[in-house]
Amino acid sequence: MKLRDEYRSPDLAHSLAQKIARMVTRPWTLMEVCGGQTHAIVRYGIDRLLPPTVSLVHGPGCPVCVTPVEYVDKAIELALRREIILCSFGDMLRVPGSHGDLLAVKARGADVRVVYSPLDALTIAKANPQREVMFFAVGFETTAPANAMAAYRARQEGLQNFSMLVSHVLVPPALRAILDAPTNHIQGFLAAGHVCTIMGFEEYEPIAAHYHVPIVVTGFEPVDILEGIYLCVRQLEAGRAEVENQYARSVRRAGNLPAQKMMREVFQVRPRRWRGLGDIGESGLGLAETYAELDAERRFGQVDLNDEQSEDCMSGLVLRGERKPTECPAFGGRCTPEHPLGVTMVSTEGACAAYYRYGRLRVESKS
Amino acid sequence: MKGIGTFSCPVPASSDETVQLAHGGGGRAMARLMDTVIRPAFDDPELDCRHDGAVLPIGGPVAFTTDSYVVRPLFFPGGNIGTLAVNGTVNDLAMCGARPLYLSVSFILEEGLPIETLRRVAGSMRDAARAAGVRLVTGDTKVVDHGKADGMFVNTTGIGQVLAPAPIGPAHVQADDVVLLSGDIGRHGMAVMAARENLGFETVIESDCAPLVDPVLALVEAGIELHCLRDLTRGGLASALVEIAETAGRSITIEETAISVRPDVGAACELLGLDPLHVANEGRFIAIVAPRDARRALEILRAREATKGAVAIGVAGGGPAGQVSCRGPLGMERVIDMLSGEQLPRIC
Repeated sequence: MKLRDEYRSPDLAHSLAQKIARMVTRPWTLMEVCGGQTHAIVRYGIDRLLPPTVSLVHGPGCPVCVTPVEYVDKAIELALRREIILCSFGDMLRVPGSHGDLLAVKARGADVRVVYSPLDALTIAKANPQREVMFFAVGFETTAPANAMAAYRARQEGLQNFSMLVSHVLVPPALRAILDAPTNHIQGFLAAGHVCTIMGFEEYEPIAAHYHVPIVVTGFEPVDILEGIYLCVRQLEAGRAEVENQYARSVRRAGNLPAQKMMREVFQVRPRRWRGLGDIGESGLGLAETYAELDAERRFGQVDLNDEQSEDCMSGLVLRGERKPTECPAFGGRCTPEHPLGVTMVSTEGACAAYYRYGRLRVESKS
Repeated sequence: MKGIGTFSCPVPASSDETVQLAHGGGGRAMARLMDTVIRPAFDDPELDCRHDGAVLPIGGPVAFTTDSYVVRPLFFPGGNIGTLAVNGTVNDLAMCGARPLYLSVSFILEEGLPIETLRRVAGSMRDAARAAGVRLVTGDTKVVDHGKADGMFVNTTGIGQVLAPAPIGPAHVQADDVVLLSGDIGRHGMAVMAARENLGFETVIESDCAPLVDPVLALVEAGIELHCLRDLTRGGLASALVEIAETAGRSITIEETAISVRPDVGAACELLGLDPLHVANEGRFIAIVAPRDARRALEILRAREATKGAVAIGVAGGGPAGQVSCRGPLGMERVIDMLSGEQLPRIC
């Protein structure tokens, strides 16, 4: 606890904010990649501690937010089948599909269970041999090793009634997609500390060099984030574009090798559709051929991705960092966590939900 | 053990071990359940009268409340559905500035529930009632089919004698009133969650489930000008404050650093992405008092075991109506909202 308190120290935070203010000579726009960082920024008011010349935009790092609606629809369709027990992390339950969400089908009698670890889904499968247990595996590199472990064990134990609906995504291809967009205005990134704890940061070095953007691997506490911003702005002011590691207490350059090995054992890199970002080649993970028998799409039918990405709200623009949540006319009025129009309002890591929960004071005081 | 000693005819299983539908049928089995489990546990002369209801002397203004308890699992660290059913209703009466006097108890039991479970719950209810100084004077028992009640549901209804000299409630909150919080928050919700989901934290988080009669009546007796009392159950501190601010048409500003969360509770919340401000409690309350009485009220609360961690966490203001804001550790303010959706169903 002492350690955590240190990273929430008001004195340290304010002195970092002052150092940033003294150093900055012109406007810079940084993106924090991870939704957890977005929440800390808005919850602690970190963006308001910064000089007006440094602006933060919120990245696509909310796994629930970027999962295509067709996967949610597929999960709902399967959950409605009597033989299936659908296991998911709690966040997915409120994500709106084309017609309702998993919570609504649960209320109609579907067997939808919230698990805290994918291994819990294995336990459920063993306890219900006559039912089909399907785990909805979404997330970035952070959750991939544990999900891989569940698949690995299921195969080892010969569990016949366990499968996974996989929509895993990877951070580096998303950064490239954002930087490749003609409308891009991001000049530096705070990379997600948890993702890099698993993957390390070697794969970010070519991105920093090719696009000439500084990338700072950053933690989640207020002092971490301010230090990440400080390091990033310092690079920008000096004209440097390197990968730096603010979160050294958790992240090593090569990452967690056993976790990566487990991921490689079970998953294969695949093209993925991202909600808000569109199709990105080699940007996700699917089950490797050797684990194909655990693939829910093979067992119960493919997810059909529609050609058109229709969004009735601006969550795509928010996920690309092109709009702030408060720039959406529906924000806080027609769109609230109770009645979300888009995913960024649903997930606890979504930028709109963060602004709604913590940031309305500033919106109201502006108007 | 095998052999002739264990040979038995295919007679129905003994109805003394598990609850059967007949236990709710109004016949012999039900009478036996009352005589062997419920009445001995509650041990009150009113119940021994076997009348259709209790006849009670009550004078002056009365506080009256009811609540149903559906917590899952039935037993959790720091309490069970029975302690919850007594303390929950007792605390609702205390929040009216009343001394709880009588409770009714209704059980909805599921066929197949071990009688021993019922006995343990009833025993806990008796102990909790004694600790809170309240009598269990009337009740009802129904039995439903297996799979229809998750073991048991309990309803308690309570009557208390109002002792507070002036009305207490959100509408009476005034600008500059001080918000006092009776102790650390978040324990009950996390205790039930850890027990239900088998989360396997290294420390056992115990529910804070406790009666709040004594500290509340101490405030009343000391003549503290109490404007509003609220126990912080479902929705936690945040939802209670927002509801009060909205009803009162006032704003409330609180200091996050004044609010205490035990390290194990804080760590569990962080792990699960929950805000302790939204997590349920069963032995915590806020008292919104006139500013001149705030210090004295704190001294009274801190002198009592159940409320020794009491602190002033904020003040009420003139507006904007319904807005609760919280100054965080870095000194920046943010808006606090009610919990949206369900954080964790069936915690009480």
